[in-house]
Amino acid sequence: MSTNGKDYDGPILECKDLSISYFTRAGEIPAVVDFNLTLRQGDSVGLVGESGCGKSTVAMAIMQYMGNNGGIVGGSIVYKGRDLATLSEEELRQLRGNEIAMVYQEPMAALNPSMTLGRQLMEVPLCHEDINEEEAYSRAIKILADVHLPDPERVMSSYPHQISGGQQQRVVIAMALLSNPSLLLLDEPTTALDVTVEAGIIELIAEIAKKFHTSMIYISHNLGLILATCDRVNVMYSGQVVEEGTVDEVFDHMRHPYTKGLFSAIPLPGADKTARPLVPIRGQLPLPHERPPGCYFGPRCDHFAEGSCNSGLIQMTSVSGEAGHGVRCCRWDDIDWDAYRPEGVGGATITQGERVLSINKMRKYYEIHDNSIAALIKGNRVRYVKANESISFEAMESQTVAIVGESGCGKSTFAKVLMGLETATDGEVVFKGEDVSNYPVQKRTPKQVGSVQMVFQNPFDTLNPSHSVGAQLARVIRKFGVESDKHKIEHRVMELLDLVKLPRDFARRRPRQLSGGQKQRVGIARAFAGNPSMVVADEPVSALDVSVQAAVTGLLMDIQREFRTTLLFISHDLSLVRYLADRVVVMYLGHIVEQGTTDEVFSPPYHPYTEALLSAVPIADTSIEKKRIILEGNLPSVINPPKGCPFNTRCQRKLGSICETEDPPFVEDASGHVISCHIPMEELRKVEPVIKMHKEEDQPAAE
Amino acid sequence: MSEQTIEIPRRESSILRAIKSVALLRESAVGMVGLAIVLFWVLVALFADLLAPFPPNATIMPLVMPGTEAPDGGMFLLGTDHIGRDILSRIMHGARQVLIYGPLATVCAYSVGIPMGLAAGYVGGLTDEVLSFIANVILSFPVLVLYVIIIATIGASAVNIVIAVTFASAPGIMRIVRGLVLDLRSREYVFAAQTRGEPPWRIMAVEILPNARGPLIVDACLRLGYVIITIGVLGFLGLGLPPPDPDWGGMINETRQMAMAFPHMALFPCLAISSLVLGFNLLADGLREVSLRD
Repeated sequence: MSTNGKDYDGPILECKDLSISYFTRAGEIPAVVDFNLTLRQGDSVGLVGESGCGKSTVAMAIMQYMGNNGGIVGGSIVYKGRDLATLSEEELRQLRGNEIAMVYQEPMAALNPSMTLGRQLMEVPLCHEDINEEEAYSRAIKILADVHLPDPERVMSSYPHQISGGQQQRVVIAMALLSNPSLLLLDEPTTALDVTVEAGIIELIAEIAKKFHTSMIYISHNLGLILATCDRVNVMYSGQVVEEGTVDEVFDHMRHPYTKGLFSAIPLPGADKTARPLVPIRGQLPLPHERPPGCYFGPRCDHFAEGSCNSGLIQMTSVSGEAGHGVRCCRWDDIDWDAYRPEGVGGATITQGERVLSINKMRKYYEIHDNSIAALIKGNRVRYVKANESISFEAMESQTVAIVGESGCGKSTFAKVLMGLETATDGEVVFKGEDVSNYPVQKRTPKQVGSVQMVFQNPFDTLNPSHSVGAQLARVIRKFGVESDKHKIEHRVMELLDLVKLPRDFARRRPRQLSGGQKQRVGIARAFAGNPSMVVADEPVSALDVSVQAAVTGLLMDIQREFRTTLLFISHDLSLVRYLADRVVVMYLGHIVEQGTTDEVFSPPYHPYTEALLSAVPIADTSIEKKRIILEGNLPSVINPPKGCPFNTRCQRKLGSICETEDPPFVEDASGHVISCHIPMEELRKVEPVIKMHKEEDQPAAE
Repeated sequence: MSEQTIEIPRRESSILRAIKSVALLRESAVGMVGLAIVLFWVLVALFADLLAPFPPNATIMPLVMPGTEAPDGGMFLLGTDHIGRDILSRIMHGARQVLIYGPLATVCAYSVGIPMGLAAGYVGGLTDEVLSFIANVILSFPVLVLYVIIIATIGASAVNIVIAVTFASAPGIMRIVRGLVLDLRSREYVFAAQTRGEPPWRIMAVEILPNARGPLIVDACLRLGYVIITIGVLGFLGLGLPPPDPDWGGMINETRQMAMAFPHMALFPCLAISSLVLGFNLLADGLREVSLRD
């Protein structure tokens, strides 16, 4: 069966007018409506869209893995000429893993923690083909080498927790490739990984697509990743494909207002918070049972026309002159995009005030007590986790300082020290003229506490689900002593809701009745309740959908501008950092490796780590040319950091033994741009910029 | 912001919300059956004085089989015991005892176990180690032996039963609460409360505890069932409520020697206990089912 299947030369997969629904207590919920897709041998198609748009449902339907409350209610999925709906469970089992393979988002959850990786890999061919153990073993070893895992024999005998997240995802991809499938489904395969690790996986995926001629469906919310991996792209919105075409057609000549909106909402290199601000898409995704008649995007669209846009289901129409470029919009030909100038969420440049925060050689070590007998004998019972090492930087009034780094770089520890949840081991944290490094939050005055507040990352976790929004805001106001009279507090709560542009009756709502973006707005309101002079925002928008990210970012900047607040923006998203930060601090393994103004950090001279980080960020712009730098190896442990330069184990520009033995100097130029590297500044200055725009855009970017 | 008329929306009362969440239980058939059984016993206990055909401690006619007519009219629906008391009336009045002391003991156990669990889970460190050690020591005792020792030491009375149940159940409750707290304390809203300098007791009581209520309510229902069994067992061992007041466990104990000849004397109190326990267990199942659904 599998041999004649693999000789097949028609389309690998055809989805025709596919509609999928979930059946819940509330009734039938249409998840995917009228989905069409034809995939030929070697094609790679991206499905891009926000949460709830149905992209993962499509993948599950192709796997015929709908759970007990989902079902295909219309259309068909034809795999190599066979309608998947007509196959028996046994035939489907032969298909899954053998001909159609899937890579999931969370590698740790996709691997069985109690089995060696070798066992799990060998299971695939042993289960699907009539081969012996030795052959399965050699196949597994070979495929591990194909996904560029060092030392395949060692990986084979390891358990999942013994290798890093990036390596785990490589193993999952290897497992998917083992039986040489005709179709590979990748569902957000890099979302759980750090950017530099993601870059490696993306390169691998692009490489295997070429090498094995596997057809691929790549599901992502990130347009930049689609650009890096796919030939064609389907943009999905609320269960429908709204635009389809080649990557070039869709990225350069998008026709659908939603696609246009997505590209205006993400911080591309040309965007600028004063000259070319981001344009959020207003409103929010409709719930599946509240979709409007006609065009689902209608209520959020600036080009909505009464009568034509809301009179029945909009059909996919081909864009004239571009075969294969379809758009589900009845007005795509009428809209004059040149005349369309939507209002962005930027504003005037702000002048920076005096110094608010000054960190001087701050260190934070955590003690780990090792109670093992071995440690008792050796006498090293206390070891240190060096979470922060010699951190020094300053922040001015109404300035936005971004702290950039991957997981484990110590940025969260730093935030904890600043907030007073931890005290510094050494050094100074001078906030408004007072050293607070040794003041835990309980010892700070309410005014001090209220003047540094935080916006958190996870909108689903940031508000207490047991209390109403109003009660939570009121508590903060009372706690910081802003108001004490009951009516004044309620008045202030309403003011705060106005400030973050939420309706006032949200005060009595519970957090679960709010969308992610709305919760994050309440989180911002809470941070600004005590009139803070500084707000620490820890990845405030990374968990939000693209179309709401811009609105929340814009709101944060508006409020900051109004109150002249200092914003400490912790993020791994360099595109966003470039867009909104004034100064950037790059951290690696507890050390600051580079800091300077945003322009200085984003152009040469670079610290080698900054350079690698910049090259790793996916950018959804076809006119951008990037240098490709893939970091080798894993992030070292903070308990046992490398000697000398912390980055020496992975550095692509390592000089030699000096990097392993001596701490790198902090080289500072006249304007305050600091790089901590052994490579002389003159050398670093000669480095080419990572990002180049190789063709002119419609309008010049404000540099 | 300048608008002077600020409309402050009223939140719905907590009673209304409680009713709404009970209404959710309708979706679970099992839960509804459990609720019906429990409500049945609650009503019986409340109106025992009106419903019971005879006074519970009156000796009328010994060793009568169910369905026999009483001398002065009426009927011994479930028969009488060895000294001539009407079993139905005794069960009805016994329900009152069980439904007072069962919940009371459970509430007491929770009011000791919850603070311990909160402290162990949130404060951690030495506090956790000491509390967990105490809990482990208590839990390592066979429960029955523990009860016997406690009651034998402090004497058999209603209050002492409550004390004994509290002592034996609190460590288990502490463990559950501790586990829930360990999960909840790393939530960002707890972090937010810490960064605004809230005192630890407030974080535990206001930020963490309300979010643990779901599993705790389910556990309380299950535990209530076990406490009722415990009260029955203590009664059976002669460590329960002092006679002659009706006590389900005691009723079984008093009549067990004659159970071969007159099975109804022990059977009906047994059925009473198991139906009530079953009711609470089904209710717990239903609550869990409803809470897991979205």
